[in-house]
Amino acid sequence: MSVFINKDTKVIVQGITGSTALFHTKQMLEYGTKIVGGVTPGKGGMEVEGVPVFNTVQEAVEATGATASVIYVPAAFAADSILEAVDAELDLAICITEHIPVLDMVKVKRYMEGKKTRLVGPNCPGVITADECKIGIMPGYIHTKGHVGVVSRSGTLTYEAVHQLTQAGIGQTTAVGIGGDPVNGTNFIDVLQAFNEDPETYAVIMIGEIGGTAEEEAAEWVKANMTKPVVGFIGGRTAPPGKRMGHAGAIISGGKGTADEKIRVMNECGIEVADTPSVMGETLIKVLKEEGLYDKCKTH
Amino acid sequence: MNIHEYQGKEVLRQYGVLVPNGKVAFTVEEAVEAAKELGTDVCVVKAQIHAGGRGKAGGVKVAKNLDEVRTYAEEILGKTLVTHQTGPEGKEVKRLLIEEGCDIQKEYYVGLVLDRATSRVTLMASEEGGTEIEEVAEKTPEKIFKEEIDPVVGLTAFQARRVAFNINIPTKLVNQAVKFMMGLYNAYIEKDCSIAEINPLVVTGDGKVMALDAKLNFDGSALYRQKEIVDMRDLEEEDTKEIEASKYDLSYIALDGNIGCMVNGAGLAMATMDIVKHYGGDPANFLDVGGGATAEKVTEAFKIILSDEHVKGIFVNIFGGIMKCDVIATGVVEAAKQVGLKVPLVVRLEGTNVELGKQILAESDVEIVAASSMADGAEKIVSLVG
Repeated sequence: MSVFINKDTKVIVQGITGSTALFHTKQMLEYGTKIVGGVTPGKGGMEVEGVPVFNTVQEAVEATGATASVIYVPAAFAADSILEAVDAELDLAICITEHIPVLDMVKVKRYMEGKKTRLVGPNCPGVITADECKIGIMPGYIHTKGHVGVVSRSGTLTYEAVHQLTQAGIGQTTAVGIGGDPVNGTNFIDVLQAFNEDPETYAVIMIGEIGGTAEEEAAEWVKANMTKPVVGFIGGRTAPPGKRMGHAGAIISGGKGTADEKIRVMNECGIEVADTPSVMGETLIKVLKEEGLYDKCKTH
Repeated sequence: MNIHEYQGKEVLRQYGVLVPNGKVAFTVEEAVEAAKELGTDVCVVKAQIHAGGRGKAGGVKVAKNLDEVRTYAEEILGKTLVTHQTGPEGKEVKRLLIEEGCDIQKEYYVGLVLDRATSRVTLMASEEGGTEIEEVAEKTPEKIFKEEIDPVVGLTAFQARRVAFNINIPTKLVNQAVKFMMGLYNAYIEKDCSIAEINPLVVTGDGKVMALDAKLNFDGSALYRQKEIVDMRDLEEEDTKEIEASKYDLSYIALDGNIGCMVNGAGLAMATMDIVKHYGGDPANFLDVGGGATAEKVTEAFKIILSDEHVKGIFVNIFGGIMKCDVIATGVVEAAKQVGLKVPLVVRLEGTNVELGKQILAESDVEIVAASSMADGAEKIVSLVG
């Protein structure tokens, strides 16, 4: 088991003929992901990497039975691509694209109300279920199959955490990058809830950063609902206020969204927070041992 | 992206938001000339810098005649203002706004921001104008009124009216205030603002609702469709290293410390600063070289880091996922040679082709200290810088 995606998930790639998309389509196919089609308006009928290309998402879905899509479309057109995926009633749309104008995303979120599609991202590395399905840009080889769920606002910090776990012999179920933008689809709570309901996931690492209050809200949710241990890390303790730290959403504004406040609330809600990014894995292992879960999570 | 107050007011004027008459001045003569043209009894000399708190720092003066305009313009132009938003080094004033004075009856606050929790633009207003909204939120939160805006219909007249009544705008001026707020919202949406703050909004003795100050910030991701706003960019208000970095699509932010950091990924870059600090060092910058860094980008990144004279050592922390470690290692060696590196360099590489990368570093004639983990790298650079 896993969350959101597995070995049977059929995926289409929106913007498949762009150079980044082509590169990652190849990587995803090599990992074993079932890429069944691609979409680039005006290039329908072509074939790339052995994958048929369609003009519209609707056409691609009708022809292939895909239930998920990954979006590599340039920022100026990406919001429209998300809307197209939602309109085609896909279960899941994962948007990798960075720098989508915020007000475009405000409209997208409004359009998605009451629709069935789950959006992950934008500005995210994607979702991977170890040894089954990789949708996004993360390096596949660092992941090993196991029982720890990972959810993060940052791409490279997710890799860092997964790498530390794999090195320590702890495998993962699914790693979900929710993205670094202020307006995004799936949030921490959505993913935590999915991990809580997934019988194969025994514990979770949650990686946040400065800006907004999503970590605090997630921590309160964990306290009230989560039956599995959660450990965390928050990036940006030393970030100056008022400056956007790379991610559009990573900004301390009006004294809100500091790392210290997030860590305080997480601790209060029973989430152990790693002191440095170097010990995310160690911190989880310590908690697994305390909870008597270590032997069950040790996979290799 | 930020613009000056006078530019913000020009934008607002286009949307029917009432602002006092005024003119920008770059010299004392221009300031006096502008005051003459305005022809009002009283005018205000306002320093134009990209930071709030100008009044308290002596950057805003009320002049009762042309001589006073001259005196104040001489005093403020070229002066370095230190406010709570400029940092201790302050900002030099190079432009002034000369504006007609007005008879203020009462000050209010009106602002538009993105509420991340609801993913909606939210109108915020208070009758405690002139004070920072954060302060009002802390001391008297009951005095702040909010309206969440549905992007389909935009800010509606009834919402603007409700806010106007809630903050006690005089009844006969409510319709003017509604027009003001709706104009502000239209500007926010059409110009891709990230913040539009009017503090204070004033009601004047002659019955007008006006923006006495204007703070507009814009979404950097939307600038490709906002040419008029991009033309207002004042590069002198920005850090030269940050401007240089943006040319190469590098994300760089200058900090106060002496350990230069070069990292891939924003999250890891922040975490690298944190871990340097954790081991007792002080990061000189945040620098994300991005996922697809090339040798050229790495070289530029080195140059930018080293153009900060405070830098006494560099910590390169790379998790090569898609980006291969051997490519990065080659880039680092090339860059170190090109810039003639004279400060200690610690490199931590992890990820795809890491062994090959480490070999390239070891075999190069550049002096590089290899680190086995982030923690090891941070400890090493901190002890080398001393």
